[in-house]
Amino acid sequence: MREFIDGAEAIARGAIHSGCTFFAGYPITPASTILLHMTRELPKVGGVAIQGEDEIASMGFCIGAAMAGARVMTSTSGPGISLYSENVGLAIMGEVPMVIVDAQRMGPATGGATTVAQGDVQFLRWGTSGGFPVIVLAPTDVAECYSFTRRAFDLAERFRVPVFIATDKETVLSRATVDVLAWEEVPVRERSVAPADAPFVPYPKDAPRGVPLMSAVGGPHLVRFTTSSHDEKGYLSKSVAEVGALNRRLASKVEDHLDEIGMVEVDLEPGADVLVLSYGITARSVKEAVRRRRAAGVPISSLTVHTLWPVPEGAIRSALEGVRRVVVPELNLGQYRLEVERLAQDFVDVRGVNRVDGELITADQILEEVAA
Amino acid sequence: MTPPDAPRGSIALPTYLDPATLPFPFCPGCGHGTILEHLDKALVRLQVDPKKLVLVTDIGCSGLSDKFFTTNAFHGLHGRSVTYATGMKLARPELHVVVLMGDGGCGIGGHHLINAARRNIGITVVVFNNMNYGMTGGQHSVSTPPLGVTTTTPLGQLERPMDIAGTVALNGASFAARTTTFHPDVTDLMVRAMSNDGFSLVDVWELCTAYYATTNKLSRKSMEGLLESLSFPTGVIVDQPRIEYAKGYRAQSADLVGQPAMVSRPITPQWNSALRRPLSWVIAGAAGKRIGSAAGALARGGVMSGLWATQRNDYPVTVRTGFSLSEVILSPEEILFTGIPSPDVVLDLFPEGHGKVAGRIEALGPEARVYRSANVAAVETRAKVTTLEFAAVKGFERKKESWTLMAVAAALRDTGAYPIDAFRQAAGEGNADAVEAGLGLD
Repeated sequence: MREFIDGAEAIARGAIHSGCTFFAGYPITPASTILLHMTRELPKVGGVAIQGEDEIASMGFCIGAAMAGARVMTSTSGPGISLYSENVGLAIMGEVPMVIVDAQRMGPATGGATTVAQGDVQFLRWGTSGGFPVIVLAPTDVAECYSFTRRAFDLAERFRVPVFIATDKETVLSRATVDVLAWEEVPVRERSVAPADAPFVPYPKDAPRGVPLMSAVGGPHLVRFTTSSHDEKGYLSKSVAEVGALNRRLASKVEDHLDEIGMVEVDLEPGADVLVLSYGITARSVKEAVRRRRAAGVPISSLTVHTLWPVPEGAIRSALEGVRRVVVPELNLGQYRLEVERLAQDFVDVRGVNRVDGELITADQILEEVAA
Repeated sequence: MTPPDAPRGSIALPTYLDPATLPFPFCPGCGHGTILEHLDKALVRLQVDPKKLVLVTDIGCSGLSDKFFTTNAFHGLHGRSVTYATGMKLARPELHVVVLMGDGGCGIGGHHLINAARRNIGITVVVFNNMNYGMTGGQHSVSTPPLGVTTTTPLGQLERPMDIAGTVALNGASFAARTTTFHPDVTDLMVRAMSNDGFSLVDVWELCTAYYATTNKLSRKSMEGLLESLSFPTGVIVDQPRIEYAKGYRAQSADLVGQPAMVSRPITPQWNSALRRPLSWVIAGAAGKRIGSAAGALARGGVMSGLWATQRNDYPVTVRTGFSLSEVILSPEEILFTGIPSPDVVLDLFPEGHGKVAGRIEALGPEARVYRSANVAAVETRAKVTTLEFAAVKGFERKKESWTLMAVAAALRDTGAYPIDAFRQAAGEGNADAVEAGLGLD
């Protein structure tokens, strides 16, 4: 069954199908279409969608709603992520399950409202104080906008952490034929809630797999939430032992479970000495380049990173084995290339193909660097 | 916040304070403890179910307040407490949400206060207004009085203090009041605020004995004179009930609940295309000339013919003026790269879009086709150029908004990319005349 829709519609559909019940956002090109879909559709499932007075308020609404039991999503673009930043930290600290869509546009600052870019990939990871991890997924096309949104909701529940969908103007606003029946129906788990009849500790040290069970404000327990370093009960703490343990848990609950989070699409060809590593919209040009290179009879490998953060290091390292050169095309000046350089051995030639002019990278540009 | 929440048949709660956390840690003479005692008394009077009550605290000394109460607690970022409170109330309208914030929070979060008031979201804000930032060392705040000396206004405050209660009252709060910790009415005003089903604010002026009151020799007596001199009256400023936002939202959308959401619009291929390789189109025109909808019809017709299609639109941020550009790719296979380095078909129809495609037309090879209107300048090119004489088509001479669809029909006829019937259906019945007129163009 085919449809002709854009990424914004796929994301909104993914959210509704994931049980999203709350959305707040502030208008910004190219993310506004998602706000419009959610505004129109959420009431139909008994949910609430609201336009906040700004991005800060929109994030605040989402966080409050999540802690009161809702499944929440918000969407914006780079300038809005700047304003989300402090609340992203709060969501990490208070362990708020939420999905944040970043439809990237060209920066810096207001940059180009209607131009494609991938300039936020390090920002999403490092954009809040403290440097604690979040999860970032990067769909390459409309179909993945749907399935990765579902994955994002699932991971948000599993890890109680903000999960970003790093997409872009091109993917969100361009319409494409999609084969709906081939869409991956990612199961989205229910929220793990604390038993109603037992005493509730909001942030226990020994939570199974590092993630505390939730209890909604207004539910069977008294719930404490704080943006500050806290003890197990959610009271402000300055205990070196407690604060250290909490902060390490906030990192390890994500970083120690890469096996559940990391997604890559591997297309390795025996005998290939060049690997093209890409993500998001650029991966589509890479596929085109790979198709052409192979049609010409030259082996070539490619790796599409679907989970940008935490970095799927094992998968990248193993794809790098036996490779002489890695080409990393990106619509920024080489941000994810930094991660590849960190993982590649010294003798591997790591090269970027980079554009920051609002145009897509072409297969020709990639092949030029592959063959250089 | 109404009494029915009280656990029926049980003994009334004598206090909401947690004795294990007392006494309050505030400086001697600080008004914060007094405000919290009034809050406790108000809660006792209302007998709210603690599990349905959440205290949302802001940053600063008042931000310590939630820990003394046996209720739900949410301690958030500076100035943003009102936003978390709003989110909780929207998600769970049965909650009683009370925000405790200082005058500092009202400054950095003033935007949220105003908008919460406009919405009449059902939360109660208690302002611990001590005219300066205590926790960070006595800096000036939005309520520092004229010529008040603080660590950041050592020569005296030049800014006028914000009328917090008056501001929310002016912007739609259904209840707002101002008082001081020296007035006997604080508990009463809090009870009224929390009983109001809508946005309520109680602005409580008090002394910061660590900084402001000491430096400025402010006392109980001079506080009253100060409010008078500012023309900031005490007591109820506004009490005008109106529909609470979370209730209003649900009432407004009640009829929508249960309707199917994000419904699929599947396209069943009913035709076949003979296209063997991708065919890329660039349609250049102007805002209001239905570029996007004609391109959409072209793409959907392709999908109806079993092809894969993509459509990218480009336009300036002022959507009703200037150029409008659509790029469509039709392909027998899934389309990976959505860009069009060198188009197969270019429609150059209106002057606004001409500049966007003139260079591309110039670079085209002989196998490409260009369809231009007489409205745009001719471009030197090796491509095959057809000039469409829209002005000669009876009935469409002035219907410029139909020209794009007509041009697409003519070009589609020539390329034979897929059956015209598919395009007729994709364009819709309302456009049938324009499609036929386009097919008649030479």
